[in-house]
Amino acid sequence: MATPTAAPSDRIEEQDGDITYIRTDRELPPVAIIDRSPITTRHKIIFGIIALLGAIAWAVIAFFRGETVNAVWFVIAAICTYVIGFRFYARLIEMKIVRPRDDDATPAELFENGTDYMPTDRRVLYGHHFAAIAGAGPLVGPVLAMQMGYLPGTIWIIIGAVFAGCVQDYLVLSISVRRRGRSLGQMARDELGAVGGAAAIVGVLVIMVILLAVLALVVVNALAESPWGVFSIAMTIPIAIFMGLYLRFFRPGRISEVSLIGVVLLLLAVIAGGWVAETSWGTDWFTLSKVTLSWCIIIYGFCASVLPVWLLLAPRDYLSTFMKVGTIALLAIGILLARPIMEAPAISQFAKTGTGPVFAGALFPFLFITIACGALSGFHALISSGTTPKLLEKESQMRLIGYGGMLTESFVAIMALITAAILNQHLYFAMNAPAAQTGTTSQTAADYVNGIGLSGTPITGAQITEAAASVGEKSIVSRTGGAPTLAFGMSEVLHQVFGGHALKAFWYHFAIMFEALFILTTVDAGTRVARFMLSDGLGNLGGPLKKLRNPSWRVGAWTCSVIVVAAWGSILLMGVTDPLGGINTLFPLFGIANQLLAAIALTVVTVVVIKRGLVKWAWIPAIPLFWDLTVTLTASWQKIFSADPKLGYWKQHSQFVAAKEAGKTAFGSAKTPDQIDAVIRNTFIQGTLSIVFAALVIIVFVTGLIVALRAVLGTGRPLTEDEPVPSRIFAPSGLIPTQVEREVQKQWDALPKSQTKSVGTSAN
Amino acid sequence: MGRAAEIANQIGWYFSKLSWYSATLMGDNHYRRYAEHRGRTHPGEPILSEREYWRMRHDASDANPNPRCC
Repeated sequence: MATPTAAPSDRIEEQDGDITYIRTDRELPPVAIIDRSPITTRHKIIFGIIALLGAIAWAVIAFFRGETVNAVWFVIAAICTYVIGFRFYARLIEMKIVRPRDDDATPAELFENGTDYMPTDRRVLYGHHFAAIAGAGPLVGPVLAMQMGYLPGTIWIIIGAVFAGCVQDYLVLSISVRRRGRSLGQMARDELGAVGGAAAIVGVLVIMVILLAVLALVVVNALAESPWGVFSIAMTIPIAIFMGLYLRFFRPGRISEVSLIGVVLLLLAVIAGGWVAETSWGTDWFTLSKVTLSWCIIIYGFCASVLPVWLLLAPRDYLSTFMKVGTIALLAIGILLARPIMEAPAISQFAKTGTGPVFAGALFPFLFITIACGALSGFHALISSGTTPKLLEKESQMRLIGYGGMLTESFVAIMALITAAILNQHLYFAMNAPAAQTGTTSQTAADYVNGIGLSGTPITGAQITEAAASVGEKSIVSRTGGAPTLAFGMSEVLHQVFGGHALKAFWYHFAIMFEALFILTTVDAGTRVARFMLSDGLGNLGGPLKKLRNPSWRVGAWTCSVIVVAAWGSILLMGVTDPLGGINTLFPLFGIANQLLAAIALTVVTVVVIKRGLVKWAWIPAIPLFWDLTVTLTASWQKIFSADPKLGYWKQHSQFVAAKEAGKTAFGSAKTPDQIDAVIRNTFIQGTLSIVFAALVIIVFVTGLIVALRAVLGTGRPLTEDEPVPSRIFAPSGLIPTQVEREVQKQWDALPKSQTKSVGTSAN
Repeated sequence: MGRAAEIANQIGWYFSKLSWYSATLMGDNHYRRYAEHRGRTHPGEPILSEREYWRMRHDASDANPNPRCC
């Protein structure tokens, strides 16, 4: 190559007023711009107005009482807070902790191979990252949390994202980029040592299993006894296989084209589901019980994890990305055009008493557990480390992608919250209270919700039946799990804007299909990832298990798949057969698991910040870490030790054991001796899992604390950042390029083509 | 007439931006980037066909899957 590789010291700086240009090669234009110009008066005024508008919107949400709060205020409060958080707090984190060096090459530039390492346009990578982090989680949690009213959820989603979730995503991304895109588990081992690292890896694996089980449970609850839903979801499998074959044999690489065809077929499947559900054979074939559906999903999960990626997983992922971006945009337009009004109270009675039927426990800590994705989600750490760093062009783009990507997910959660808050509250509780309370018929459900002390006009059984009929279902009583409620709310919003009453049932099933599609994609990919983690972990034990490290050894791959599927499958079956209602008992475990993963990620990040000598700024990741530990460990404590049987797994366990020993055949919500045994078994498993989760996280945190203390005392292990290599490409940092960036970009564009993208030191 | 052409141009510009975005996000132009990259770093060597390229990509993700979040 004509251009010699620059030595690390070979950096040429040019000062021009407040702007510094850095070159790594005399013959090339600058690769980095450091802009120290102070904020302009114009910007001061603009941000002042945004802050004021946000403050007004918050005041309206928090202090206006009665049924007059319009959903648009939530959108304004959220967006204004995000803008201020992104411009000021994220910028502070950037300047004080991340300190991006655009003159250093990112892993994507360094190892560019045109496949998995590829410097990608920041706007595209933002979409990519968002599609990878956002799934059904931010749609479901806020819906369940609505039992406490809209205010606590809104505050936690917006403030939690700005100070916790985005901080985690951004900082995990930044430390992974400096370590050639290493995964969270590897970084934990490198920074915390063997014990902390092993605990983190086992923690990630166990947490993943519970996540998969609960997500599958949400799908089962949404599809049970709904032939329309089952048909349209079942059709996604042949559609995905068709897309896979099309890309493999007919037109390789035409992904947008085949995804568009797939989306059209998907819409047809949703429409056809309505016709099929009206025929007698359709009802016969596709009305499935929860247990049957669970088995279908378990078998599907196993097949999807051993079939080749191109046949099922990759096309499903394309479809899911397309649908995700499209539907979320559609819902945002719908909310802005329909401008619905809140039906839910700002703070409900259950926030104070903690006796709500949707999930047990008081506002603190259980609201913060129920809403995990959208405010703080540990799972994102797995995307921010590993996948995204391999596509990042410039370190300074991490603020847009890491922090900005999470803000967008938070906004999705706010929209989900709005769709649940605009529903009639009697209807909301009829859909979300467990069957043991509502008694499964419209009349018993109406009697139940009229008796729990909600404000507003009581509902009649006929009204509940009518609501079910309006979305093409026979019953909507106790459709727990959040997905049906969200779908109902979405159909409520979207039919006002697109298509009127005639399309309400279509929109409901469209929403169900869209959520189930996400969840099944997560289940496919999650099972596969967990399988690899398991075989990797077992392989590291050595001995005959070493063979497992070879991914092409089919027997090993299949065995590990069976173990993973059996693990989440048995928890799923436990959930669907639980007399107490699976969501009610398992969703807290899901939230705790996800938040504990966040605790692991934030511990690693805080340790790295302290090791880098930035003790003064360690409060930035330490605040969310301590908040998160307080929330999750309090919740775990209550789940393990609470004397209230509704809350504590072990109290419940001992009560049912006592009932069994006393020879009772029915106790509490268990109506038969078998159900008593089921409760005894389930509470034992749930209680044990709570203990395991909490113990693993405490181990990780304590190791982190020791490592951090040693670092402060100067006796610790060194930091494991990689040696920087000078960058040879240029790209703007923010969404919109600045004037200076445009000028530098012009210089790069003017170069002959061979030089512009030359990559210095490719490892390949 | 001039105004209509201007608006049509504007719409065309947005449309081409949108299709560029979708193509890059979904992966339609990944093969072209790969071919350019190989041409630059290994000039003169044979380059995989688009079909072979996608087989390689899918085999790679078979062996090293990307997680999707909840």
